[in-house]
Amino acid sequence: MTTIDMEQKILDKNDRIAQENRKRLDENHVFVVNLLASPGAGKTSTILATVRQLRDMFNIAVIEGDLASNVDSITMKEAGIPAVQINTAGTCHLEADMLSRALDVLDLPNLDLIIIENVGNLVCTADFYLGEDAKVMILSVPEGDDKPLKYPGMFQVAEAVILNKMDTLPVFDFDVKAFEDEVDNLNPGAPIFHIAATKDDGVKEWTDWLTEKIEAVAE
Amino acid sequence: MHEMSLLQGILDSVTPVARENHATKVTKIVLDIGVMTQVVEEVMDFDYKILTEDDPLYSGSELVMNFLTPRSRCFDCGEEFEHDRFHLKCPKCGSSATMLLSGRELKIASIEIDTPDDVDEP
Repeated sequence: MTTIDMEQKILDKNDRIAQENRKRLDENHVFVVNLLASPGAGKTSTILATVRQLRDMFNIAVIEGDLASNVDSITMKEAGIPAVQINTAGTCHLEADMLSRALDVLDLPNLDLIIIENVGNLVCTADFYLGEDAKVMILSVPEGDDKPLKYPGMFQVAEAVILNKMDTLPVFDFDVKAFEDEVDNLNPGAPIFHIAATKDDGVKEWTDWLTEKIEAVAE
Repeated sequence: MHEMSLLQGILDSVTPVARENHATKVTKIVLDIGVMTQVVEEVMDFDYKILTEDDPLYSGSELVMNFLTPRSRCFDCGEEFEHDRFHLKCPKCGSSATMLLSGRELKIASIEIDTPDDVDEP
């Protein structure tokens, strides 16, 4: 029996491709936000609201990750936004090589912002670095205020947390203060934005935060 | 759910190392996993068996997972502290300005292999 020390990252191959993505994005001064949330939290609505706020300032493209179908990329294209659909064929998260192929078909020199809509999943997407600038997590009010306790990893990899569907607060038993305290324990100092994406409520605070980040990587 | 992807990555890394070292069998793979990752031990064990049972290089081998306790450093008072996955504020001064030092590891620490030279050993 022989023991061999490896000391190698499990996601070594993914991380190397992610670094290549990172380099391409840096060269083109494109800011990339990787949106994580469960199915139905309002990722697509949040992207549409974000685009409504920022489309006059920045050139934006969207990368849609789903197990199957192209309904989301059709929605984006109907809104006049360049969109690439990635079908993961059963895989529960996006990996760096999938982003790499999506970047191949985008006009990177003329883009300022790419929004990645990751596969709807509150677990797996957190462990994969794609080469993005920031992961941002969306939770919606109907999902419940206990989610930080049940899915801590997701709240910890996010640089910011969006609480969506604030307009439904009157009909759900959601304790905003308890939610914010839990997020603060998990990810001290991370900003939490309250929005109702379909009504454009509160979206400006979120897009102001994003604008600062986009401008920091622009020339 | 993503455990299968992780395991495939592990075997892709281990197989060439085992071959380079003339392994007839891989008998053990040891992983270091930070508890702040999304890895579920039982799922890893189950998926590992499925993935390796028909593979002559790996069949019957053992997957060992060392789960590592997270550590952080406080920017305000300099305290270094261990914590669970839920509480990242500084226990000494209460500051939110802390930096995670470890706890998100996903690493292959070592492997154990049998080689033709091992056969004659007692």
